[in-house]
Amino acid sequence: MHYPIGLLFDLLASSSALPWNITVHFKSFPEKDLLHCPSKDAIEAHFMSCVKEADALKHKSQVINEMQKKDHKQLWMGLQNDRFDQFWAINRKLMEYPAEENGFRYIPFRIYQTTTERPFIQKLFRPVAADGQLHTLGDLLKDVCPSAVAPEDGEKKNQVMIHGIEPMLETPLQWLSEHLSYPDNFLHISIIPQPTD
Amino acid sequence: MAEEPESALQLPPSSTTDGEGPTEVSPETATPEPPSSAAVSPGTEEPAGDTKKKIDVLLKAVGDTPIMKTKKWAVERTRTIQGLIDFIKKFLKLVASEQLFIYVNQSFAPSPDQEVGTLYECFGSDGKLVLHYCKSQAWG
Repeated sequence: MHYPIGLLFDLLASSSALPWNITVHFKSFPEKDLLHCPSKDAIEAHFMSCVKEADALKHKSQVINEMQKKDHKQLWMGLQNDRFDQFWAINRKLMEYPAEENGFRYIPFRIYQTTTERPFIQKLFRPVAADGQLHTLGDLLKDVCPSAVAPEDGEKKNQVMIHGIEPMLETPLQWLSEHLSYPDNFLHISIIPQPTD
Repeated sequence: MAEEPESALQLPPSSTTDGEGPTEVSPETATPEPPSSAAVSPGTEEPAGDTKKKIDVLLKAVGDTPIMKTKKWAVERTRTIQGLIDFIKKFLKLVASEQLFIYVNQSFAPSPDQEVGTLYECFGSDGKLVLHYCKSQAWG
């Protein structure tokens, strides 16, 4: 699995001290678990595919398709070179939605758990309920991953992490999607067991 | 038509860990038919229980990539895109070094570790998932 590093930290190491010490291996490549990365171009193509998939969910691909090749390049170069403004000048457009709607068509999200074999959960989920209420992070989890949320009177067994923090479950999902998505435009949500200490 | 042996062809397991290969759906099977018993071959030895209903996947060739005589396949939900790529390459007798790209919505290439069941839920329509395959990068 090729996951963003922030997600790997949330999922596998969120109790470790920062800076995170990582071990890089140069032999015994785990052929069964990881795909080889043939070139830098492959990473760019993978990144752009993720952005396109996200926009297919958010805007039926309309925004990404209306962009020019140079805009796509700017998005990638901005990310690659840590040029925040360069990246966001383009990414901003991917975060827009029609004024008459209260959000995207569907929220691009993936939910990861250490306790299951499945790589992740990804489903169609709208940011706004049928009655016009904004869906929250808690609504999403109750719907697609009910085991992750504690019953109202029950003990909290899991932490819901995005970018190293536990956002309040009452946070509107649309807001999270606009502000806490990864550069690939997905919300990568980790469900990890509550530390016992 | 379902009685014809070739319509129930079960492909040998792929080399990946995803279990057996896709099951051929009778080419005459009309699109609206739900992915039900018709898609499961009689001789299939599937682990009962955890394997949910298979999904219908329609494979379309792009450009000069060879077409597959059978376009519609019943595929396990847990099968990965990489598993599907390996299967198509084997079916088209491509050599291992040849690349094969798979696209959703004629727009993006899902990551190889993605499960087709997830893609079906997010991008399927009319009870099937349409995937385009190509020997060269067709879109983006």
